[in-house]
Amino acid sequence: MSQLIPKLPLDEWVETIVDGLDEHLGFLFDAISTGIGGTVDLFNWILTGLPFWLIIILFTLLAYRAGKWTIALFTFIGLLLIQNLGYWEHSMETLALVLTAGLISVVIGIPVGIWCAKNDSVQKIVTPLLDFMQTMPAFVYLIPAIFFFGLGKVPGVIASVIFAMPPTIRLTNLGIRQVPADLIEASDAFGSTYWQKLMKVQLPIAKTTMMAGINQSIMLALSMVVIASMIGAKGLGADVYRAVTQIKIGEGFEAGLAIVIMAILLDRITQSVGKRKKA
Amino acid sequence: MPKIKVENLTKIFGRQPSRALPLVKQGKTKQEIVKETGLTLGVNQASFEVHAGEIFVIMGLSGSGKSTLVRLLNRLIEPTEGKILIDGTDIVSMNTEQLQEARRKKLSMVFQKFALFPHRTVLENAEYGLEVQNIPKAEREAKARESLALVGLGGWENSYPDQLSGGMQQRVGLARALANDPDVLLMDEAFSALDPLIRKDMQDELLELQSTMQKTIIFITHDLDEALKIGDRIALMKDGAIVQIGSPEEIMTNPANEYVERFVEDVDRSKVLSAENVMKRAETITLDKGPRVALQLMRDRGVSSLYVVDRKKTLLGVLTADAVNGAKQEGKTLEDVLRTEVPTVGPQTLLNELFDLVAFSDIPVAVIGEQNRLLGVIVKGAVLGGLAGKVNHENPLPVDEEGQVNKE
Repeated sequence: MSQLIPKLPLDEWVETIVDGLDEHLGFLFDAISTGIGGTVDLFNWILTGLPFWLIIILFTLLAYRAGKWTIALFTFIGLLLIQNLGYWEHSMETLALVLTAGLISVVIGIPVGIWCAKNDSVQKIVTPLLDFMQTMPAFVYLIPAIFFFGLGKVPGVIASVIFAMPPTIRLTNLGIRQVPADLIEASDAFGSTYWQKLMKVQLPIAKTTMMAGINQSIMLALSMVVIASMIGAKGLGADVYRAVTQIKIGEGFEAGLAIVIMAILLDRITQSVGKRKKA
Repeated sequence: MPKIKVENLTKIFGRQPSRALPLVKQGKTKQEIVKETGLTLGVNQASFEVHAGEIFVIMGLSGSGKSTLVRLLNRLIEPTEGKILIDGTDIVSMNTEQLQEARRKKLSMVFQKFALFPHRTVLENAEYGLEVQNIPKAEREAKARESLALVGLGGWENSYPDQLSGGMQQRVGLARALANDPDVLLMDEAFSALDPLIRKDMQDELLELQSTMQKTIIFITHDLDEALKIGDRIALMKDGAIVQIGSPEEIMTNPANEYVERFVEDVDRSKVLSAENVMKRAETITLDKGPRVALQLMRDRGVSSLYVVDRKKTLLGVLTADAVNGAKQEGKTLEDVLRTEVPTVGPQTLLNELFDLVAFSDIPVAVIGEQNRLLGVIVKGAVLGGLAGKVNHENPLPVDEEGQVNKE
């Protein structure tokens, strides 16, 4: 059927915009690239620099402090298994990517979430953006990410952040909005300033909900690393990707299992952080 | 100068509320205004004064605007128009910093559902008002402990609110409000969420605390019994407007309109009305008269007993018809047959304390004032009449501390 209205050249527009950005804001992208790359390298240096048994002990202790002994036991056995299978280094590379993406999501997500909670117009603008970020197929982010930042870990982290940040923003916003109105009134009635109200009442009460958001962000970041490996981010994702393209079932299972172990570990530890205090 | 003076305080909810102001001033009702403009009239030109050390109760049914009114006083809700003068300073025209300062130092609030911070211990809750003033930890902790001890919560400092019962939680709410030693206490249905027995205890305790603290308290309630019990004065609200302001007795005995009348209809009058509200004029005689005069007087007035007083109206005793008859036949004087054991009560004695005395006495109960002066008598029928709402308006109106008659 012939088109009555000619097709909107949306693809051309987007490309023009992206070209323009690259031309004029190149220095900004370089700075971001250096920052992210540096953070990933730092995490990587720590995680792979220390002997594996020390890392395993540290994580086991962390899991024990954060939650129950069962989680500690799982952490201990799970990490030993990863080491035994020979995926230690790749797992630590993945962890460095996830931690960087998680950190950036929190650093940007929480203030944006607070802003949304305090201002209805901001919320109205941000909510559809978040919908866009979450529903646009994750692969699509990889294209501009490569364009601006080249191949490797940096575009991988950026794509992960875009994909992983929405839950932190959403649940920070929700957590603060759900603080009972009479507590806000009480806080105001005693003459609290804006910041006192936020720091002493709203954030502490919203904490559990916010932690659920951060937990989700970290899990999404982990799920994104497999996809990010398509553009050259190293780690477990690359192993899975290779196994898929070469149809190596056994290897794929091992690498996949390592990701699952990392996921459960990160999930349980971050979850219990939110629930702590008050026994 | 009154502690708090509220002038024409109005709150209209909705977009561009000021467009309804002319209608409010024309005296249109809440219903008419919502029909014409779609705006809700929350508080309608409320004006009142509260004196230092007074418990001023604002009472009304739900939706009458009482909770809105109390929130206007510390601007948790912004007034549309009007003035709120506390110690002569207008709260409404304050900027943010001044308002914060006033909320920190002058006005504290106690909430219906306690509004305690769940993540803070009892002590940290009580400290909150001082903490936001950046008072050093040691000092604010000492004050908070003192305040908790005052409400009987010593020893619970390290518990969390959800570990306490409702009554105890509200004590924390009260302690938090008292910790920064405000002049004015705003209590929004503070006891309404408690069960009846605990509520009664809290009312008693508030009155006891108040007798030593002498705060100015604005107390919101929908419970008339509570209002009558703790209020020095009561303001009754309907549809956002104040319908009547007066002492508990005035509201009971002199309802300003049908609405107030209906409101007070169901109240237990025996807990509000006192002896002086139902007493009758006493039929009296002096001792210099003879038995014949006494009998004649009894016949004339249709009574079977006479109270004997001296010239200063001091009560000496009572003469019954039988005794006087006997005196006449045996040639005795009135003094010989005078009965000096007389049931007496004070003018402020509540009706519910009179029942036994009146029911089992064969003669009317005497109401006596200072220096045994006879003020009146109470007969069985008068008590019943009082319960049914028939009250003596000829009696002197209640007198307040300054000795002035509270006449609206």
